[in-house]
Amino acid sequence: MNATAIGALIRNDIRLYLSDRRAVIVGVLVPILIAAFFGYIFGATGRSEDQGKISIAVVDEDQSNVSRAITADLAADKLLQVSVLDRAVARQQVKGGKQTAAAVFPQGFGEQTTRSLFTGNNKPQIELLVDPSQTTGARVIEGLLAQYSMQEISREAFTGAYGRKALDSYLRQLEQLQPTPLRDDLKALLNDARKLNTQIDSGADAAGGDQRSFGLSIPYSVSSTPVTARDSTPYNSYAHSFAGMAVQFILFAGIDAGVLLLLTRQRGIWQRLRSAPLRRGEFILARALATTLIGLFQITLIYLAAMLLFKVRIEGSWPGLIAVSIALCLLNASFGLMLATLGRSASSTRGLAMMATLLLVMLGGAWVPAFVFPRWLQDASGYLPTRWAVDGLDGATWRGLPFDAAVLPTLLLAGTAAACLLVAIWRFRWEE
Amino acid sequence: MLRVESLCKRYGQRVAVDAISFSIEQGETVGLLGPNGAGKTTAISMISGISRPDGGDVSLGGVSVTHNANALKRRVGLVPQDLALYEELSAWANLQLFGGLYGLGGAPLQPRAQAALSLVGLADRSKDRVSTFSGGMKRRLNIAAALLHDPDLILLDEPTVGVDPQSRNAIFDNLEELKRRGKTLLYTTHYMEEAERLCDRVLILDHGRVLANDTVSHFKQQYTNLEAAFMQLTGRALRDGADA
Repeated sequence: MNATAIGALIRNDIRLYLSDRRAVIVGVLVPILIAAFFGYIFGATGRSEDQGKISIAVVDEDQSNVSRAITADLAADKLLQVSVLDRAVARQQVKGGKQTAAAVFPQGFGEQTTRSLFTGNNKPQIELLVDPSQTTGARVIEGLLAQYSMQEISREAFTGAYGRKALDSYLRQLEQLQPTPLRDDLKALLNDARKLNTQIDSGADAAGGDQRSFGLSIPYSVSSTPVTARDSTPYNSYAHSFAGMAVQFILFAGIDAGVLLLLTRQRGIWQRLRSAPLRRGEFILARALATTLIGLFQITLIYLAAMLLFKVRIEGSWPGLIAVSIALCLLNASFGLMLATLGRSASSTRGLAMMATLLLVMLGGAWVPAFVFPRWLQDASGYLPTRWAVDGLDGATWRGLPFDAAVLPTLLLAGTAAACLLVAIWRFRWEE
Repeated sequence: MLRVESLCKRYGQRVAVDAISFSIEQGETVGLLGPNGAGKTTAISMISGISRPDGGDVSLGGVSVTHNANALKRRVGLVPQDLALYEELSAWANLQLFGGLYGLGGAPLQPRAQAALSLVGLADRSKDRVSTFSGGMKRRLNIAAALLHDPDLILLDEPTVGVDPQSRNAIFDNLEELKRRGKTLLYTTHYMEEAERLCDRVLILDHGRVLANDTVSHFKQQYTNLEAAFMQLTGRALRDGADA
């Protein structure tokens, strides 16, 4: 083993990398900037006040107490940004992407809904005009509309004029039915409700100061607690975004290393390398180690920036972080070598490799969380090395997992690296 | 010292080198002349161990290069036709790499790199990036990089391509100095005056075959000058194909 030659090749590759400022900027600064952006838009350090509100337009063609009360409830919700508009403007704004959805309360909505609450017939329709590119936001709006509508419609039924009217109408219908014990019980119940409505309306009930309490509301509240490394530690979304971007740009560095090797083959340098007493294995080993070291340099700077500027903390295992990082960089190096042995020209190899890497990174959940994927895709992403790398880095940072949790991702990454390296060794053309 | 016997190389159906044989004695400078596509670079590739011959053998000091390439590569220095340098690095960094490939690092490399740079007149530019060098300086550094491990045989593949007359002259001085030191040189070129000035003996190659193998003085006696011999032996038809 010619250790001096291997050392010279490694030192040379590192010198070449550092001499190319563009490569250093692309490999270190760009991932930091993109991770900062993703970290910010996906919630930063758990600050809910900074998170974007879902915009909704309300078109109130009814102008009843019910529709006005629902509108007020929606406007008071911290998740929503409500604008009251007419139908044409609302539709235009949804079409233009300025509103996630527009809810249209049709004329007669308040009266019909109150009646339908008792009879179940002739239900009016809330028309929801939805921006198809923002379906997740639209689902949130549907849920909140259901909650506030039920609350205000039931309140109107037990305390409002529409409620009295609906109860009278329903009682008249019952009068026309054959007397049965069930009908009599129902009549008694509705009569009591009618009496209650009248009492509240006249202010006869001294205890009923707040009419709102008579509406049906969700009989529980949800307390949402982020489960992070420690109870006192808030979730830092930068930790995930830096993991994703570190994985992406380290794989890009692997592509660059592979392309550089392809370009070297076309230059006089290759003849000089081949005319030296260097073995194929020594050359491949030197390239793999050099690319691994460059990757480790990149990931160190990226995480240093994450820690110093974005308060990302290693809440889990430092050895776990180091093990996953080394395995990721080994994978990156062997991936680059494999590309160089399989590719024909530098430009076509770069294009194909970029596409493959972006797909791997995207499907690995480095850009957006995997839960937005269809079920089959979520399952498939579990087999991708990018997913293992992101999960491993997440585990060592914000999830605060112990070293044990890093063992499987490390082994999977190292195993994939070994497979890529075997392909590279098998396909590497050393003899001309 | 160098024996080439029935050396062959094919690329598909095309025969690049067709059973060439010749030998070179220790300290001799031999010119390998031929038009584009004659097989000069392919022959150099096989002699330097880069390319595996399809037939025949190359031996250095009686040891076959074909079957023991790595051991014998330590005795051969190659100056490729294309500049084999990293332009983004300094001259010194380039020499550190190429010396390292031959197992030279740290203290042993230092005097050799210094001597190689001095020989080609670049000792004062060792810390500068190669990209700041002129074409002639790059060519000289290209030669220096092949000398670090003190090879017995130096293979020079058109080392003066694309340089001005002053640089060419400087390169000649370098090669003459190597010759004085007893190095064996195998030199490919298109320039007849270079061969006349430097070489003891000349091989004229065309279509992968050796057409003539004689001393410069014999060529001059027989054909007036080397160019006349070259044109008469290889013909006047244009050769637009790439050199192989």
